[in-house]
Amino acid sequence: MPVTIDTPPDPHDPSDPQRRQLLRLAAAAFVAPLLPMFTAHAAPLTYDLKPVKLDDGAWMIGGRQEAITFENGGAIANITILDSSEGAIIIDTGPSRRFGEELATLARTLTGKDIARVYLTHFHPDHVFGNQGFEAGKIAAPAGVIKGLQELGNGFSDAMYYIARDWMRGTEVILPSVTVTEGIEDIGGRRLRLLPRAGHTGADLALFEEKSGLLIAGDLAFLDRAPTTPHANLATWRNTLDELSAIDCKLLVPGHGPAESSTRAITQTRDWLTAIESIIVRCFEQGLDMTEAMQAELPAGFASIALARYEFTRSVMHLYPALEASKLPGVGKRSN
Amino acid sequence: MLRILAAALLGLVPAHLVYAETAADPLQSPVWNDLARKTFGDAAVVFDGRVKVTVPAIVENQAQVPVSADARGLANVERLIVLTDLNPIQHVLTITPAQSKAEAYISFRLKIEQATPVRAAALTSDGVWHVGGVFLEAAGGGCSSPAMARGDADWTATLGNAQGKVWRQADGTARLRLRVRHPMDTGLAKDNTPAFFIEKFDVKGASGDPLATVEMFEPVAEDPTITLSIKPAASDASINIDGRDNNGNIYRSVVPAPWNQSALTTTSGH
Repeated sequence: MPVTIDTPPDPHDPSDPQRRQLLRLAAAAFVAPLLPMFTAHAAPLTYDLKPVKLDDGAWMIGGRQEAITFENGGAIANITILDSSEGAIIIDTGPSRRFGEELATLARTLTGKDIARVYLTHFHPDHVFGNQGFEAGKIAAPAGVIKGLQELGNGFSDAMYYIARDWMRGTEVILPSVTVTEGIEDIGGRRLRLLPRAGHTGADLALFEEKSGLLIAGDLAFLDRAPTTPHANLATWRNTLDELSAIDCKLLVPGHGPAESSTRAITQTRDWLTAIESIIVRCFEQGLDMTEAMQAELPAGFASIALARYEFTRSVMHLYPALEASKLPGVGKRSN
Repeated sequence: MLRILAAALLGLVPAHLVYAETAADPLQSPVWNDLARKTFGDAAVVFDGRVKVTVPAIVENQAQVPVSADARGLANVERLIVLTDLNPIQHVLTITPAQSKAEAYISFRLKIEQATPVRAAALTSDGVWHVGGVFLEAAGGGCSSPAMARGDADWTATLGNAQGKVWRQADGTARLRLRVRHPMDTGLAKDNTPAFFIEKFDVKGASGDPLATVEMFEPVAEDPTITLSIKPAASDASINIDGRDNNGNIYRSVVPAPWNQSALTTTSGH
């Protein structure tokens, strides 16, 4: 049986809207008589981060297996904290300034030291919008991640503020100052093999920590949560997964989903990508429009994967335009 | 309200009793009454579930939102229009089938400036507009962002390049997909580019018989990609499309329409 390290059960299970509604109503009923003038003001938002131990001096803050919503404040990605004699090493900073600041405080508490280094696995907002919790000079990422965040950061910011609202208060795009290249970095007794790759986006960073055997895959690997494809190149992604699967790791930390001693996340991610690509190509070749393709039947095995329909719908929007551009025959040109 | 609607559909009350403002807007749009008056004048308007608008539950790109408008559940549709209440330009497109030579259906991509109702309105031959729609949740900015082509110095080299395909179907209809490279500038973008958009596609059979006309406006997304359901003659070896933009550029496309195309299958899964 592979070891699985997941987030603890959440008392405010957001997958149960009825229960959420009840809790909210109960809270309102309790508070209303006491604070008749202030019932419109919620308590200050807090992520209440719960680290789960992966190994000696290694913790994961598990993201919810959900889409970004106001209820979860965008805290959907896994964050890793490693202790070292030089200080805490953080991998990914979360969705907002508030998250980043809570993460920095937690890392200092867990390790009893300051922050030594922050790595970003890619430029998606659920992984990097907590950068303000850290000194930019400590934040490192591959050049493509920095460039992507520079180009797309403000657009991501608009979308994040629209969805997560007050959770995002004060959040700004902060670019890393340190550029990561392929190689090994020794930090305070940790030996990090830095693997700048691509596939999920044009620039992804996987990290293998040789002392603990932890493989931190970022969003190159998803587990029991459908992979996202807005900036993906599926063929490149599969090649990268082949390479990662050859690493003899003790525990694999995916970008979303439980950490496991098996490489199930890699297999599942690859299977998902192959399956959705073939469904979407077939829909296109049958002449279906995007809104029809989004309703295509999914393999039965996907039923256990969170957000399968949601991410499939998104992937249709990501992949269809390229299929149209590359596969529809030419039929005319400007005539004047 | 429902009773009035149902009665109107059965023809039991005079059409003037179901003006848009008398029935509550199911999408509760603040501008619906004004938009309806401007668009439909004094014509009778009913909210009708047989007019369907399909949009994704999540918007990935505010400049390229897939939309289908479908009034195939109604008979004798003379015109089908798509409206977005809260876009700076509300009228998106109009499709006019020629003598039942096209179905009341279109799929395309839409630019949106903010979350908005997206509606389709079908005019039936009795003079009644049948309106259906959905509320599209999204962050904004799709109308005021420059076209992607504006970042490409060579955009004129591909302007007007058209791609397309016809899928003949067993029931005699044919599905036409056409994609034309065009920036579809709204005139509202921060780079001050004036409005520049394809305003019309005339869709004809190989013999020149009209099948449908599609009038488009600025909210249709860059590189317009439309899907129509047309009824060409069996002898039409191609579907010909004459397009024109608001600067007078002409775009002619000839899409082969052979019988040996694989037909759409009924389900898209497996």
